[in-house]
Amino acid sequence: MELGIYSFGDSGTVSTRQRLADLVSQARYADEAGLDVIALGEHHRADFTLSAPELVLAAISSVTERIRLSTAVTVLSTADPVRVYQQFATLDQLSGGRAEIVAGRGAFTESFGLFGYDLREYEVLFDEKLRLLLELAREERVTWRGRTRAPLEDALVTPRALQPTLPVWVGVGGTPQSAVRAGRLGAPMFVAIFTDPAPARGLVQIYHRAAAAAGHDPAGLRVASGGHMYVGRTSQGARDEFYPYYAEYLAKLPQFPGGMPREVYDQWIRAGLLVGSPQEVIDKIMNHRELLGISRYVGQFDVGGMPAGMVDKSLELFATEVAPVVRKESA
Amino acid sequence: MSARVAVLGAGKVGTVLARLSVAAGRPTAIAGSGDPAALGLIVDVLAPGAVPMTSADAAAQADIVIVAVPLARLGTVPAAALRGRVVVDAMNYWPPVDGVLSAWEGATRSSSEIVREILGVDVVKSFNHMGYHELDAWTRPAGDPDRHALAVAGDDGAAMAAVSDLVDAMGFDPVPLHPLSAGRVLQPGSSDIFGADLTRAELLSTLDALGVAPAAVCP
Ligand SMILES: NC(=O)c1ccc[n+]([C@@H]2O[C@H](COP(=O)([O-])OP(=O)(O)OC[C@H]3O[C@@H](n4cnc5c(N)ncnc54)[C@H](OP(=O)(O)O)[C@@H]3O)[C@@H](O)[C@H]2O)c1
Repeated sequence: MELGIYSFGDSGTVSTRQRLADLVSQARYADEAGLDVIALGEHHRADFTLSAPELVLAAISSVTERIRLSTAVTVLSTADPVRVYQQFATLDQLSGGRAEIVAGRGAFTESFGLFGYDLREYEVLFDEKLRLLLELAREERVTWRGRTRAPLEDALVTPRALQPTLPVWVGVGGTPQSAVRAGRLGAPMFVAIFTDPAPARGLVQIYHRAAAAAGHDPAGLRVASGGHMYVGRTSQGARDEFYPYYAEYLAKLPQFPGGMPREVYDQWIRAGLLVGSPQEVIDKIMNHRELLGISRYVGQFDVGGMPAGMVDKSLELFATEVAPVVRKESA
Repeated sequence: MSARVAVLGAGKVGTVLARLSVAAGRPTAIAGSGDPAALGLIVDVLAPGAVPMTSADAAAQADIVIVAVPLARLGTVPAAALRGRVVVDAMNYWPPVDGVLSAWEGATRSSSEIVREILGVDVVKSFNHMGYHELDAWTRPAGDPDRHALAVAGDDGAAMAAVSDLVDAMGFDPVPLHPLSAGRVLQPGSSDIFGADLTRAELLSTLDALGVAPAAVCP
């Protein structure tokens, strides 16, 4: 079982320069502490510092040795798959074969306006571009025709990744059609889960059945999950420390304009949100594994502009007290 | 005979509502935006027993039609097929997914009044204030002291009664609100009702604190 962290680079109260520097050093720590993956999101809003995760991943690649370098997620609908492939193939070469992409919808829609796409075309944009990216990952020369970008005629896309096939995951938020698509394409599936993992059992079942129906080898399928995470020394301490940051973070959602009420927060933790002592977080990750058969869990470890010191402590507990136990229990 | 239910939308919330409807013993149809044959696997796993149809066919054969598509897609719902049916609006305006929609952005009316105007049929607002995980996990038999409440807001008493009946059969305590515009308090961000874990008594006292009187019976 692989364990990792992901970040959207929430701006918080520090400068962008400081925030990115913190992120690179946290990634370096994660690598030294033996975590398997660092993944970075892509948002195009002032409250997040990461709109170009590939650049930050390149910086991280130069100060790390083993940790895999992924996105979470690449908003593929508003990107050019040819360019995305080139960037991540380059990252793969620079990092000695550690690059991965998770392609998905993302939680916000700003990139549509910025890059001149129509949100109403979301479905066709994502579907076409995902297929093209998967083909680019497999084939050196690609011939492609579609609605959402210029055709390609036996186009050579270089450099090639160092890994024989650059891993491209499909990020899924809960809509069953997305699990069908991931399975049909035979791509690994990343499921975002914030509270109870049980409802995602249906998605995983749909994924496997869609893959089988399309003739994909089950050995090539993988499921990962991830969501918000905070690890504290004690159960109650973790809840209390994290609450103000989480409440404010979730004020970005339409339902909590004034921040998330404490009762709802406690209800989410009861339902499965990964906030608590190392043992509680271990149990919750193992529950994902038992219910969903995941082979990777990644936690969003720096939610809501927490001060770097708090993030570092939670990260250290995750790397030193959670990860070794989960690895042992899942071996 | 129990009312036939059609769920338009086979996504996160539509598949849960179809499953609850089947469990409540209602003949249930479900529709996505495309070919019903393509829904087979999803329905087989998430709502076995529901029958995939096109949205127009599903609506035409049903007594109650629950519309659970993203509001950005409302224009693709076959409005003509909804005439004469009890239509339930389970939708919310959700800019992070829908983008900014001028019909709903900054609106002071209930989002369901706008849906009614666009579809050209009377609607009942329900199911919108609970997340799909909770709709799935929070069903309880009638009389259970922890049974959760779902509000049912509308103008037409018979339609509200039919929806309340379904809500009850699915495992929730219906709390009627009259008129439709009163359902504004059920929307994301407009009060603490959205997403909250409330029994009937708790929902009633929350409404009371907001100065919204529930309908004693369906008018
Ligand atoms: N998610 C929740 O917890 C929750 C709770 C309460 C209310 N709601 C509201 O319910 C609505 C749906 O949300 P969701 O989360 O279920 O979205 P979702 O997972 O994206 O699913 C939307 C579904 O609507 C279908 N659809 C689109 N146009 C259609 C049409 N004309 N006829 C039939 N089906 C159509 C889509 O089909 P294709 O895939 O074939 O395009 C898809 O199956 C939204 O308004 C949301 O605010 C959501």
